[in-house]
Amino acid sequence: MTKPSETTVDELVPIFFMGKKYDVPASLTIQKALEYAGYQHIRGCGCRGGVCGACGTVYRLPDSYKLQVGLACQTVVQPGMHLMIMPYYPGNRSTFDIEELSGTGAEVAALYPEIFKCIGCNSCSQGCPMDIDVMHYMAQAIRGDIAGAAETSFDCIMCGLCASRCPAEEVQFNVAILARRLNARYGIPRAKHLEERVKEITDGKFDEPLRNLMSKSKEELKELYKSREAEPQMTEEDWTPQDARYV
Amino acid sequence: MPYPESLKKLIEKVEATRPARVERKKNDKEFPPLKLEEREPVLRNFHPDFIEGTRREIKVGPSKGYSISNEVVDILEAKSRMNPDLVNLSEPDFETDVLVIGAGGAGTAAAILAAENGAKVMIATKLRHGDANTMMAEGGIQAADKVGKDSPYYHYLDILGGGHFVNDPELVYTIVQNAPDALRWLEGLGTNFSKFEDGKMKTMHGGGTCRKRMHYAADITGAEIMKTIRDEARNHTDMIDVIEFCPAVEIALDDQGRCVGAVLYNLETAEYLFVKAMAVIMATGGSGRLHIQGFMTTNHYGATADGLVMAYRAGVPISFLHTVQYHPTGVVFPEQAEGILITEKFRGAGANVLNVHGEQFVYEREPRDVEAACIIRECSPKGRGNGVPTPTGKFGVWLDSPMIDMLKGEGTVRKEFPGKHILFRRFGIDISTEPMLIHPTLHYQNGGLDINNQCETNIPGLYAAGEVSAGIHGENRLMGNSLLDVIVFGRIAGTQAAGYIREHDDAGPANLDHVKRYNKEVEAAGIKEDRIAPMILPDYSNPEVREKQLTKDYFGTLS
Repeated sequence: MTKPSETTVDELVPIFFMGKKYDVPASLTIQKALEYAGYQHIRGCGCRGGVCGACGTVYRLPDSYKLQVGLACQTVVQPGMHLMIMPYYPGNRSTFDIEELSGTGAEVAALYPEIFKCIGCNSCSQGCPMDIDVMHYMAQAIRGDIAGAAETSFDCIMCGLCASRCPAEEVQFNVAILARRLNARYGIPRAKHLEERVKEITDGKFDEPLRNLMSKSKEELKELYKSREAEPQMTEEDWTPQDARYV
Repeated sequence: MPYPESLKKLIEKVEATRPARVERKKNDKEFPPLKLEEREPVLRNFHPDFIEGTRREIKVGPSKGYSISNEVVDILEAKSRMNPDLVNLSEPDFETDVLVIGAGGAGTAAAILAAENGAKVMIATKLRHGDANTMMAEGGIQAADKVGKDSPYYHYLDILGGGHFVNDPELVYTIVQNAPDALRWLEGLGTNFSKFEDGKMKTMHGGGTCRKRMHYAADITGAEIMKTIRDEARNHTDMIDVIEFCPAVEIALDDQGRCVGAVLYNLETAEYLFVKAMAVIMATGGSGRLHIQGFMTTNHYGATADGLVMAYRAGVPISFLHTVQYHPTGVVFPEQAEGILITEKFRGAGANVLNVHGEQFVYEREPRDVEAACIIRECSPKGRGNGVPTPTGKFGVWLDSPMIDMLKGEGTVRKEFPGKHILFRRFGIDISTEPMLIHPTLHYQNGGLDINNQCETNIPGLYAAGEVSAGIHGENRLMGNSLLDVIVFGRIAGTQAAGYIREHDDAGPANLDHVKRYNKEVEAAGIKEDRIAPMILPDYSNPEVREKQLTKDYFGTLS
């Protein structure tokens, strides 16, 4: 096992970080390549695993006019690439009290009226490092299809690259999380079993069985642990245990 | 990097045994799990916790004599980053009721609850709000909420069995009894849990569970929870301030030993700033970036145990740090993704773990320490030597994800594991048709600061919640209990701190005397190495470059 810095050195290729040339091993991600070059990231580095949105990166390759995007922690360097990590992009956010909303498209439109300025140019989708169809969820939000917008945007890491590309000055990622929260809260039924279980606990149903467990010796606990009945892997929801004293 | 020919040949062996394994799984015929008494020898011989020479006794502080990982001892036997005589505590740069240190799941939940209970809150965090291991948790969150088949009673037993029966019973009681309400809170805030049409939560097994109680949001459960509660915190702009890229480096006490604030370090302007507060909640998370025993890690860039250091210096004892959690399944190929977490949910959904011959050697749902030890035994030349060799000379074992599509229908892997499906697709590997190559990876700090069931430490006004604290998980945490931990105990810490400040508004002048004393204690113990802590950021820069960084206070280098 090695730390990331001890990765085997292979062929060096030139990259240009904000215009400055560094020769880095060809197999490294942009993030590790910059560390190899001597950087200690402060901004622009988070989970190092592609889920947190800290290291959205824009780059261009030689012989192409295309502007490309990726995450610095997930994108392997390419010879001659010019790149910039964009750790932050300003985005307006409307505050709300989720208890006072009801999950309608009109509420999204009231909190983010600028969604109707979307010109459908698709720059946002092209600028998404998670391959999310951003323009599509914006269209869904405009139509009031909150469930659709929630589903389409589910993988959003809120890096802000979509907003950076938008000629209509939208803040897509904030619209998206509003849609997801409204859909989860109001578009999908609440879990009744949760409600029921919380009430059982409040009523003290498990206090005594648990206190009883807490007073047992390690050996007694081991026996109870070994003999506990296991729900089989492939059963459906309707499985019930033979011993129903504590459920 | 797609699989090279050498690995594709080996995958054929996995494919050869797959149909029979799928049939067995369909008929609930599992590879036999180890009996409780069989776990011990495997752990002793192959779990990294038991390797000689990897631990030593701490020479200073409230838990002097406690033997834990060298890497953790290194940062505890270290001096402060700053000269405590130079910080002016009489003129605070900020004042607040409750200071929350750390902006992950526990810190954010604590901030929301403290604000809802009337306290003005400041969250100080090293990186961005939400930059935390919570964001990276994948598989799920446990709660015994399936009425008629599960209960806190079984959740309690599972946690104790996983933790080797040495967990703090009051803390376990608290987490299992508060779990359903924590889920209800998250549901109410608009967290997208995977559900049936009628709203019933979908739940699965995790390692060491006797009932299916793992709730999830596809394979990005932690990210979904973190994004939701962070968004909720942003709805409380009147009550919650967030200050990013300003890690705390020391807490401050008053003349009666109560915690009354903290010194922050602005990473961008290099200023030390004092925040005066009536209560402080330590929620700095874990320590995977210490790379204990040189292991790769699943942890966030900021997981450097800062809170552990600060609170220990101030006198909070530590426990359960003698065990470290290695997640059984971290990526070992492709190298670019090395160390990245592969959620236990794959095994919960039925994927087998296989050796170089394509054969099963371990039940895939053992508790994490046992599963990891069995995988290390399979790979290690001192063990069975049946590991799959990678192009960089490491060893791993297969995690047979394509089985899941065969068990639960084509498209299941893509739908239930979108995060990992995208990750591998970027490297030219389709995990719905090809298995993943994995090896145990440093994952979780089982122990930490001692707390009681109100999240109080032994210092009045100092609370702790989440991975930085100790006792809930004993010597080994089960999957799905850390997301639960941060929400349950984060909420308790916030509520308790808000209650505390209503009764304690008479803080004396702040001082850093404990830091001065600790510095002297380090010297007196004969510790010659000139170490400073907290670490704040890990250093992955190229050693050749580092040698040329001659300026002592070079901007980018923090240690």
